[in-house]
Amino acid sequence: MNTFAARFDGSLGARLRDPRTLGLLGIACAIMACLVALPPLTGRSPLYPVLFGIPAAVLGLATALRGERRLGWGVLVAGLLGIALGVLATHSSTSNLNLVFTASLIASMFVFSTPLVFGAIAGTFSERSGVVNIGLEGMMLMGAFWGVYGADKGHSWVVGLIVAMAAGALLALVHAVFAIHLRADQIVGGTAVNFLALGITGYFFFQLYHGQNVPEGVSTIPDVRIPGLVHTHFFGPAFGKLNLMVWLSFALVIVSWLVLFKTSIGLRIRACGEHPRAADTVGISVYGVRYACVILSGALAALGGAYLSIGFGGGAFTDNMTAGRGFIALAAMIFGNWRPFGAFGAALLFGFSTALAYRLPAYSASAATLFQALPYVLTLIAVAGVIGRTTPPAADGKPYQKQ
Amino acid sequence: MSVPPSEEPQVPVTPEQAAESGTVAGRIAMGQRAGGVIVPVLTALVAFLLGGFVVLATGHNPLLAYRDIFNGAGLNWIFHPTTSTVSNASYNLSQTLLQTTTLILTGLAVAFAFRCGMFNIGGQGQYFVGLYVANWIGISFPHMATLPHILLGIGGATAAGAIWAGIAGFLKATVGAHEVITTIMLNWIAIWIGTYFFGDGGPLQNPDNKAVPISGDVADNAKLPVFWGAKELQGLHVGFFVALAALVVFWALLNRTTLGYEVRAVGFNPEAAEYGGINVRKNLIRAMAISGAFAGLAGGLDMLGYLYHYGVSDIPVSSVGFLGIAVALLGRNTAVGTGLAALLFGALLFGTTHGLQSNVIAPDLAGNLTYMIQGLIVLFVGADLLILSVWNARRRVRTRTRAAEAAA
Repeated sequence: MNTFAARFDGSLGARLRDPRTLGLLGIACAIMACLVALPPLTGRSPLYPVLFGIPAAVLGLATALRGERRLGWGVLVAGLLGIALGVLATHSSTSNLNLVFTASLIASMFVFSTPLVFGAIAGTFSERSGVVNIGLEGMMLMGAFWGVYGADKGHSWVVGLIVAMAAGALLALVHAVFAIHLRADQIVGGTAVNFLALGITGYFFFQLYHGQNVPEGVSTIPDVRIPGLVHTHFFGPAFGKLNLMVWLSFALVIVSWLVLFKTSIGLRIRACGEHPRAADTVGISVYGVRYACVILSGALAALGGAYLSIGFGGGAFTDNMTAGRGFIALAAMIFGNWRPFGAFGAALLFGFSTALAYRLPAYSASAATLFQALPYVLTLIAVAGVIGRTTPPAADGKPYQKQ
Repeated sequence: MSVPPSEEPQVPVTPEQAAESGTVAGRIAMGQRAGGVIVPVLTALVAFLLGGFVVLATGHNPLLAYRDIFNGAGLNWIFHPTTSTVSNASYNLSQTLLQTTTLILTGLAVAFAFRCGMFNIGGQGQYFVGLYVANWIGISFPHMATLPHILLGIGGATAAGAIWAGIAGFLKATVGAHEVITTIMLNWIAIWIGTYFFGDGGPLQNPDNKAVPISGDVADNAKLPVFWGAKELQGLHVGFFVALAALVVFWALLNRTTLGYEVRAVGFNPEAAEYGGINVRKNLIRAMAISGAFAGLAGGLDMLGYLYHYGVSDIPVSSVGFLGIAVALLGRNTAVGTGLAALLFGALLFGTTHGLQSNVIAPDLAGNLTYMIQGLIVLFVGADLLILSVWNARRRVRTRTRAAEAAA
């Protein structure tokens, strides 16, 4: 009898032989190779990381030989890196390890990754529709300033978020008009938008607050306390008291994946980014889709900026507050191969490396500084195609002209 | 009598054709032919006008504000020319030219890559590595003779910039990695390397004072001679002439050498250049390295000319590399244009900050006004299609009028 169970078994077996599954298993092993040497496990023998790292490398090799070369070589490198880091950790003192690798490291990873997630998803929408958005930095900066301004004058962080999104969308509209209707070079336009945002926020910050700081007591985005979780051992400090925006960023990733890859709207967006002429032929308004995506991109990036000022910033603003986070978000989008979950993973990785860099001075101050450059080096390696190559949407950055 | 049909194709380039022509350099070359010198001037005027509206809307007098910025930049010097540094205008002008020196070179860094069809957004990073290397060489050999020391410092800085940009060129030529992304990443890597070099316990931190994250001063015999003003007061150093010479070199290299011909050919149309027997990959790397050399030279001249030391807190404040983008675009990627645009932005940079003495507009506002004007200029210059369509409309009207006159 061709039962359900038999079919299930068959598909499970096929799934296990699937190179992608092997790759994911390898990544899990590589992460474990590192984790066994860290608290709370704190294995003190170099044998533990090697025990997990070798299977990771083997799985990576197997994945690569079965055709998924990009993933495979990545897993192989991750496995070797896992062994190296794990062995390194066994040489460090336990007290130092306990100081650096606490559950709150996870919470602080989310603090640093959230603005990047918003920025990277914003960039994904814009570039999937075929408009390069190098102005993410400027749109985030607009969100940071006008968010705190809205929260201050409107006495509510909700108003702040709305004002931030409007400001980001407005700046994105400028980018969209020049990129889509005037068919200007999109990289030049994005650069211009960054300068504009720097000037506008700096000018109005001084003008509206007379060179003073934003007064204290601005309404800020609240933390979400999960009553059942706060007092638990590990999950409490890690997940119990995260900012609302952190949870929103998780939701955003899932929603944007659904929209981009599971709905007809997403299909239209991607069609405009891959082959606008074909999209136009079947009756999709390429200009309309691109305008909508760029403006959405501005609003989302601005939310990431607002998180900096009225989320974890506690209601303060400083000139050029984003300090390059828009560019890391851009890097996360590229590193994640223009996909929501890829971008999310990259943002988490970059957020984690920043969070770790803030704690590494326990070992060495100068090493911690160099660690901050890691996201950029990783992105450079990713676009260089040392471990597979990233592929942007085919029509990304190419102005479209109706016929 | 009707207009003969052959009249219409006389309009040389329609905006549509220009947009189809592919590379950025090709399109900008079209814009150059269409707009000449009028377009950049108009662009700058419109940007200043819009900036003026913002000033007006926030309750300041834009005309008085621009007058104060003009005086702050020392441009009123032309009414009372003097070389005395006691005069305020004279001092301000020397400071404006000091900024111009840097901006000419960072502008050329962007312009050269543009002429090869690439957008070098990494001038800032290339400037930084030049700065670091010049600082290192300047500190390292305190007993060297002056001229070799200066030459070594500047040569090292130039080479460092060339290598830093060359990485992006190499990645573009070999694996096709987009130069915009790689140069942005290289910018940030350079920033963090600098933070490490000058930071606590870093290799270039001043060994005499480990409490502050600032490098040591370069040796006296590595400092460039100053010809206008005093060395202690950031006088104008001879690097100004080096920058002017670089403008000539840029022009000669592009227009009078085989290298320049190949670079421009690749910029116009890489496929055609390849078909014509030009090694496109080699030229991409070469153009990017030369580009970076200009920016590295800027860093070297700044370090040995007037900065002498650098600190962690100086790094995020510097924006000369990014200003170079606006300089190159406004200058239409030509030598003369870049020189003039550098003067404009040099004046804005100094006139709105340290030079500004005004009861109309505070330096904090004026400094940000510079960013806005810079953004608007880049925005409008980038929209060559807007310019072209206006231009072509004018041409078409003119052709028709002429045809009508001929018919009458």
